Order: sequence, then structure tokens, then C-alpha cells
Amino acid sequence: MTGAQLLFWILALGACGGAIAVVIAQNVVRMAFWLIVSLGSVAGLFFQLHADFVGATQLLIYVGGTVVLLIFGVMLTASGPFLKIKTSTAELLLSAGIGGLVFVMLYTAVAGVDWNRAGADVIGAGRIPRDQFEEFVAGLEASDRERLESLYMLDESTDDPVYRLPPGRLSASDRDFLVAAWNAQERLNRPPAAPEGGTARPIGLSLVGLRPDRDLGADADSRLSTGYLLPFEIISVHLLVVLIGAAYLARAKRRTDAGGAP
Amino acid sequence: MQPILAGVTIRSFLHDSVGLSPTWAAALAAFLHAFILINTFAVLPLVFIWAERKISGRIQDRLGPTRVGGRFGWLQGLADGLKLIQKEDLVPAAADGMLFRMAPYLACMAAFTAFMVLPFSDGWVAFESDIALFLLFGILSLEVLGIVLAGYSSGSKWALFGGMREAAQMVSYEIPLAIGALVPVVAVGTLSLVEIGRMQAGWIWNWLVFTNPFVFLAAIVYFTAATASCKRAPFDLAEAESELVAGFHTEYSGMRWSFFFMAEYAAMFLVSGVASILFLGAWHTGIGPLDAALESARISGRAADSFYWPGWLANLFGAAVFMTKGSLLVCVQIWIRWTLPRLRIDQVMMTCLKYLLPMTCVLFLGAVLWPLAMTQLTGRTQLFTTPFGERIHPPTDADETALRDASPAAPESGAGSAPADTTSSLVIGHWSLDIGDSPPPPPPPPPAHLAQEGGFQ
Repeated sequence: MTGAQLLFWILALGACGGAIAVVIAQNVVRMAFWLIVSLGSVAGLFFQLHADFVGATQLLIYVGGTVVLLIFGVMLTASGPFLKIKTSTAELLLSAGIGGLVFVMLYTAVAGVDWNRAGADVIGAGRIPRDQFEEFVAGLEASDRERLESLYMLDESTDDPVYRLPPGRLSASDRDFLVAAWNAQERLNRPPAAPEGGTARPIGLSLVGLRPDRDLGADADSRLSTGYLLPFEIISVHLLVVLIGAAYLARAKRRTDAGGAP
Repeated sequence: MQPILAGVTIRSFLHDSVGLSPTWAAALAAFLHAFILINTFAVLPLVFIWAERKISGRIQDRLGPTRVGGRFGWLQGLADGLKLIQKEDLVPAAADGMLFRMAPYLACMAAFTAFMVLPFSDGWVAFESDIALFLLFGILSLEVLGIVLAGYSSGSKWALFGGMREAAQMVSYEIPLAIGALVPVVAVGTLSLVEIGRMQAGWIWNWLVFTNPFVFLAAIVYFTAATASCKRAPFDLAEAESELVAGFHTEYSGMRWSFFFMAEYAAMFLVSGVASILFLGAWHTGIGPLDAALESARISGRAADSFYWPGWLANLFGAAVFMTKGSLLVCVQIWIRWTLPRLRIDQVMMTCLKYLLPMTCVLFLGAVLWPLAMTQLTGRTQLFTTPFGERIHPPTDADETALRDASPAAPESGAGSAPADTTSSLVIGHWSLDIGDSPPPPPPPPPAHLAQEGGFQ
């Protein structure tokens, strides 16, 4: 087991174990503590996937915001010194049923992914334009070049010939070789001054419409993609409306007496 | 991990030269960084507690500690630490045991982990990230949880009230703190603390606090919000001795109490360090020729093949300057504490919500519109200093090759990093690059063997 796998198992244990502990714990504030553990481990998993911006946002928003809000709510509304929650058997059975259904749904979704191809189509390595492929392959050693060319298939049916990764299972060594190749290719294309992770700049550029996977290197007269900024702003206004609505609903209601006593 | 020894990181040095596997190299490099940081994190509170007692003594016309360690009592912090270690570990009967024990570690963990992204000099940072400031505020926001859990789980009403007030205060002041820190970020254009530090080389008017009046005011607002978020007077409701016995740490004694205070003093140094990076020139002295010489040494060190002594010494000097600036700001916080009376909780919240928050929003707007207005009116983005785009040489492929782990080739086309010759008129003029004259160096070759273990990269 490599160090990365060990770190993954520790973080996954924190995330899942913390979530189970949230459900099992009897004291509400302890539930909030285990939620901190769980959400912090998820942030760690984000960092391990080199998504540094998302990991930092997870820490700032979820752990530093949502859980604090949770703790405030618990402390302000708790009637006894340490509030305990008791669930009846019927509620347990119902929740077990719903939980089982959700688990089945998630499992079929996860099992439907073709992990064997290591997400080739997701990162766009399923089809590579010929000039990009040949430029990369030219710098390699002979054995690596041959292996890469044997795995990819040239498709000249359209005007722009592309190299395709044919469908079907890959052997484990082929898959590892391809992953190393894609990582090396990515490293070459990584923008400068972005040492570790470096996802903030692509996210920022994507917000205004310059998506690094599509628009970087495109022709000068092609249109940029739609940026994510407008949906982002719409969602923030939506959240503001929700906050105001919740504050209005939770306001202290003034009681008016018919006799008008002060 | 960052290049400390010449152009290689500690991790790649351990992997390539010493021959450890990537996992062990990364783990050992991380351990070294953590070791240095935890010693810093533990020693700084000792120094600052002594400084606080001496400064407060002098402000109050008395001497402060004078016995332990000689005439100035400078070992008083150590004596306090030893006393706290040997105290009885008390957990009240009405307390929630697990949370009571966990809370100091939460607060300490948040304050300590944020040191991970704080650069002490050019490149001397445990985890360089181009979102360093964002990550720092994300981690600092976890400290509230330790305080609130401490207050709740102590099972005492003083602690509960203190914890609630403290949580409300810290959470509210995070907003002007973050937006106030965003103002220089908007002026410079990067969240990376190392980049922001590099931008401020040169004479003292290159410091970000003099960039535009909005950043100047943002420095003051940031410092106020930082003082409040560190629970320092005049915002120290949580520890209000006259009202709440001792607030959220009433029931804590011995080493658990000292964890809270290590977290507090470390957080004080942290926000002061961030203030000095964002506003006051980071690790630069502000004296033009001296900074030019130091910066040229640092740049040569970054691009060099082997260990480059002048670069390392220049960085060491920069680290000393940075620690001095951070400590001076901590002393300002101590000075404010013993000068101003304490605010009530409603005054604290009013200051944040009615004054600091609108102020920071206006400052942010002004800082965003300033280059636009300046360009329209005067044709340049800065009043009297150099525009940011010209202050720092863009990282060339030669720099990238030197910094990258996997490439073994030395950059022959290192003309970009030679400090001697230049024809462009940049800030200091002697260490800057000749931009545009030399042809771009060829792209670095891909690693020789692709079929290596993926693992840690």
C-alpha cells in the first residue's frame, strides 16, 4: 500500500466513521463534533485529489460556517443541560428502509462507471487530436512511444484525424502506463506559477467563460463557452432570499392583547 | 513542498539524492517542516507572554517579571510553562468529558495548521499554494469551534456565556477580516502570499499599504478585525475577568488552559504576520539598494542548480525581517490591550456590523474601481509607484524547469534568470529580467520513463 492509499484510507475512515458517529451519538453537541470530523476528512480528500480551492472552500463554508451555525442553534434551543435524542423503533425501521434505498441507488451509479479505463473519457484522453498526440509522442523514448501507439488507434474518418482509445478492458499495467502518460502530459500543459494544486486559476477563468479544457488553444474567432458567473450570482441571490425568508419566519412574534396591557 | 536548498525541494532532494521512495521522502519532508513549525508555534507564545508582562508592567508604571533568568526575567515564560505542566488535570463533574478534553486541541490545531501556509521568507513556506490566503482563513475559522465547544462542555454558566459571546464575536469579525484582507489581494491580483510578498521588493513606497488609499484604510480595518478575532482587548469579552470569571476557559487549568493560550498568542502572531505580508512589505526591508541586492541573490538561488549560499542567507535575513515585523505588530496589539478599556458585547457587535462591515465593503469597491479610475484619469494604474505587472519578472520556463521535480536537465537557456544585465526599466532595475529579447527556451522534455509508480507526485 502506497502512502497515498494509506492517507486515503485514513481520510475515508474519518469521513464515513464520523458520519456514522453523527447518527449514533446521543448528545446533540457531540453529533456536531463528529460532523466536524466528517466534513474535515472530506476536505482532506479534496486536497488529496489536488482540488485545493474546493478543499479550502469546504473548510471555510462547511466546517467554519455550517457547523458553527449548527452548534449555535443547538446551544440556543437546548432545553436541558445536555440534550439527548431518542428515536422510536418505527422511526428506526423507516429510516433503515430509506437508507437502504439510497445506498442501492448510489451503488448502481458508482458501479456503472468504467473504472478500468481510469476515466479516460472524463479527462478527455479518450480522443486526442493527431498533432497533439504526435507532438507528445515525439519526445518519448522508443519503448514508451511504441507502447502508447499500440494502445491508441488512429481514426481518419473525419477531417481532423484523432487518436482514439478503443473501448474494452485494459490490463492493469496498461492502465497504469496510460495514467502516467496522461499525468506527464498534464504536467507539461500546466500553467506556470501554479505549484501545488493550482485549481484556483482555472476555476476563475471558467467562471468568466474561458474554460481551460475547451477554450485554451482554440481559434481566435471561436466563441468562448458560457461562463459560470451568472448561475453563481443567481444562486447567491437565491440563498439571500432564503436567509431573509428564514429570518422572517423565525422572528419573535408580537402578541397583541385585546385589553392592551403593556 | 518548497525549494529551500537551491532549486530543489526537500522532498525531491530526499527522493533523488538520498534515494528514499516517494512516500517516505514526502513523509520525511513533511515531518521536517512540521517539526520546525511546531517549535516556532510553541516558542513564540513563551516570548510574547514575557513581552506582554513586561510591556504591561511598563505601561502601568511597574517593572514586570525581573527574577527568572536574570535582570529582565526573560525566562518567565518557561517558568510559567513548567508550572502549568505540573498542575493537576481537572475535569469538572458536570462537564461533558470527551468534548471538554477535545476542545483545547481543536483550537490549537486550527491555530497551528494555519502556519502551514504562512511564508517566513521568499519560498520558505511549508505548503506553497496560490490560494494561500484563502486556505489560511478557512483554517483559522476552525478556532471558533474549539472555543464554543469549550464553553458548552464545561458545564458552568460562566463558561457557557463566555463561549457564546466569543463565538458570536469571532464569527462576526471573520467577515471584515476576510474582506479587509481581500483589498490588497484585489490590488495585486493573486491570493498567493509568496507572490504578494515578492511584489513589495524595493523602496518602502512599494509596500502595498501605500498603493492606494483604500488599501491604507483596509490595513487599519484589517488590524482592528484581527485584534477582535484574536479575542484581544478591547474585544476580550470572552476572558472578561470582571464579568465572567474567566469566560470560556473558566474550568480549564494546567496544560489544557495553556493550549488555549498558545493558540491565542500563535493566532496573534499569525494575523500580524499576514498583516505584514499583505500590507507592510513582508520580508523586505524597504531600503532600495539593500532590497535589490537581497532580491537578486534570492532569484539566483531559486534558479540555481546547486546550493547557493547567498540566496539562502538572503532568505534567512528576510525571515528575520519578517519575524521582526510580526513581533512589532504583536507588541502593538499588546499596547492596545493595556491602553483601551473593554467594550461591551453589544458595542462589540455594533462595531462589527454597523461600522467595520460597511467600511470594508466600500473599501473593496474602491480598491476594485481604483485602477479603472486611475487609468481613465491619468493613464497609469498607480499614482507614484510601479504598476504591479512590471514589478516582478514573469516565471520563465527556465524557472519552471529548475523548480520542477521530475526534470533532470539543467536549464541552459537561463538567460532569463541572470541578475546582472537588464535593459528594461523595472522597479529596482538591477535584478529584473530582459523581457522579450531572448527567444523563449524550448519546452522541457517529458520524463524519460512513464511507467513509474503514480503514487505521490
